[in-house]
Amino acid sequence: MGLRITDLTKSFGGLTAVDGFNLELGDRDLQGIIGPNGAGKTTVFNLITGVYAPDRGQIQLGEHTVSGLPSDAIARAGIARTFQNIRLFAQMTVLDNITMALHARAGYGLWEAAFRTGNFHRQEARLLAESREHLARFGLLERQREQAGSLPYGEQRRLEIARALATGPKVLLLDEPAAGMNPREVEELIQLIQQVHRDFSLAILLIEHQLPVVMELCREVQVLDFGQTIASGAPQEVVRNPLVIEAYLGEEEAPA
Amino acid sequence: MSTKPPPEHAAPPPELTPSRVRFWMVCALILALALPLQLSVDAGLFPDVLNPYYLHLLTIIGMNIILVASLNLLNGYLGEFALGHAGFMAVGAYTAALLATKALPSAAALPPVLGTCIILVVTLGGAMLMAAGIGYLIGLVTFKTVGDYLAIITLGFNMIIVNAIQNLDFVGGPRGFTGIPKNTNFLAVAVCALLTLGLLRNLIQSSFGRVWVSIRENAIAAELMGVSIAKAKNWAFTIAAAFAGLAGGLWAQNQQFITPRSFDYIKTTEILVMLYLGGMASLSGSILGVVAYTLLMELLRNLLSAFAPQLAEWRMLISPLILIIIMLTRQTGLLGNREWRWLRPRQGA
Repeated sequence: MGLRITDLTKSFGGLTAVDGFNLELGDRDLQGIIGPNGAGKTTVFNLITGVYAPDRGQIQLGEHTVSGLPSDAIARAGIARTFQNIRLFAQMTVLDNITMALHARAGYGLWEAAFRTGNFHRQEARLLAESREHLARFGLLERQREQAGSLPYGEQRRLEIARALATGPKVLLLDEPAAGMNPREVEELIQLIQQVHRDFSLAILLIEHQLPVVMELCREVQVLDFGQTIASGAPQEVVRNPLVIEAYLGEEEAPA
Repeated sequence: MSTKPPPEHAAPPPELTPSRVRFWMVCALILALALPLQLSVDAGLFPDVLNPYYLHLLTIIGMNIILVASLNLLNGYLGEFALGHAGFMAVGAYTAALLATKALPSAAALPPVLGTCIILVVTLGGAMLMAAGIGYLIGLVTFKTVGDYLAIITLGFNMIIVNAIQNLDFVGGPRGFTGIPKNTNFLAVAVCALLTLGLLRNLIQSSFGRVWVSIRENAIAAELMGVSIAKAKNWAFTIAAAFAGLAGGLWAQNQQFITPRSFDYIKTTEILVMLYLGGMASLSGSILGVVAYTLLMELLRNLLSAFAPQLAEWRMLISPLILIIIMLTRQTGLLGNREWRWLRPRQGA
């Protein structure tokens, strides 16, 4: 079992943002969470990654309980994520964005770095080679010396996914990866996520506002509305569910 | 005051040729010039050309480079706004002064060159350790604080340190610490400054440096990449404080007289002015900022006292004015985010 979430609940003041959320995400699963704006989707991600502490409920990664741990410990345990509003290290180079993500596996200490020991040079060469290989896989190698903030939008998204994967996660959380993309970029993104799912041994949980993305990628989705799961199952069935249609009514993007 | 200069230099660095100037070459050149210079001035050769005053200026520049480069680690690379650097310097200065006068024999009682070296290693090592300890504590206390709050807390620590020393009678209190032996000279300062630059460069261009810059760029993303912000910040504070302590230790054994007031927030401001003049997140900028500022101040002193001696102190007005002008016109400073070749990493190793 990759990620198991039981009865996850979080309130802000009087508002219950997430109410009794459950999830079973297998080792190689690709699942989606959909729902109208303000349904609590991103809050679920923030709870999983420790940005907020849950009021109730448990999050388990494999055998370990990660709920209650600080964000950096959860990340090191193997949960990586991207953000709805891209959070790259804008003034670092594309290459450094990836090499930075390998910090936990740097293989040298402070003194070795300060005095540039033989081990430091060996490990740095390894980190550099690994980062370049990783960039090449995502078609960003020729951009390696550019500042991350100067990349076009679609490539920034790709770099953010590449950076998350560089940490070697067991679970990848993608927060609205198709937000702000044109149809051609969305098509590329779908292929990219399929490729990642095929090539990396990990589970993917996807938040998406655009239904076509979820329909094409996921075999199972949950629909959130006002913090509660109102439907779950195969995407084609879920969008015919009357509750879901009602939740989306009045939204500009009604399910097809 | 923004710690993030606009991305003005987005162009990728040019491909590096194999025959480039390297860090050790610059070190060798500077030491090859510094050694005969120091010896000639000590021997009183060519007093008309080699005025000891010039050597004094170079010594000040060297110590200021250590201060500014180490503050750059916090304000430039880590992206914090620390305002207490002179406090760490004070800790180093008083530790070195105490060690040199109370704990160690005078240099005269030891073999000539080696004795001074031993004294320097012990006093400066002690100064660095003590300052690092205080820096670690401050990092520990402020681990959740950022921005304005961190600035105020570090400023507060600076004042606490200065006021504490003023009330400690065994180090002279407000009268200052007198009778410190002159154990340093330009050569020793040059070696220490080069060592500082080399070590800081090595750290900045390692995984530690990448993590520090990533915290500056986006702390939330860095944390969700598995960075323990508290730990990374604490390392940066400890290291920056250690080098400020080194500068203080050199300062004490060069000036031979220190008072608490020479380490108050006015000194911190002076370090900040040099840092911003040179540019954030650039060791080259730190060097250039110190050289430009120190020479400008001395030039103004000489000019003003030649024409209107009563105006000589008015040069202190110039320093805040420079800070205002930089912030209004060129926020990246002289060399913000850029490095001279010899301070850049080897690409494509």
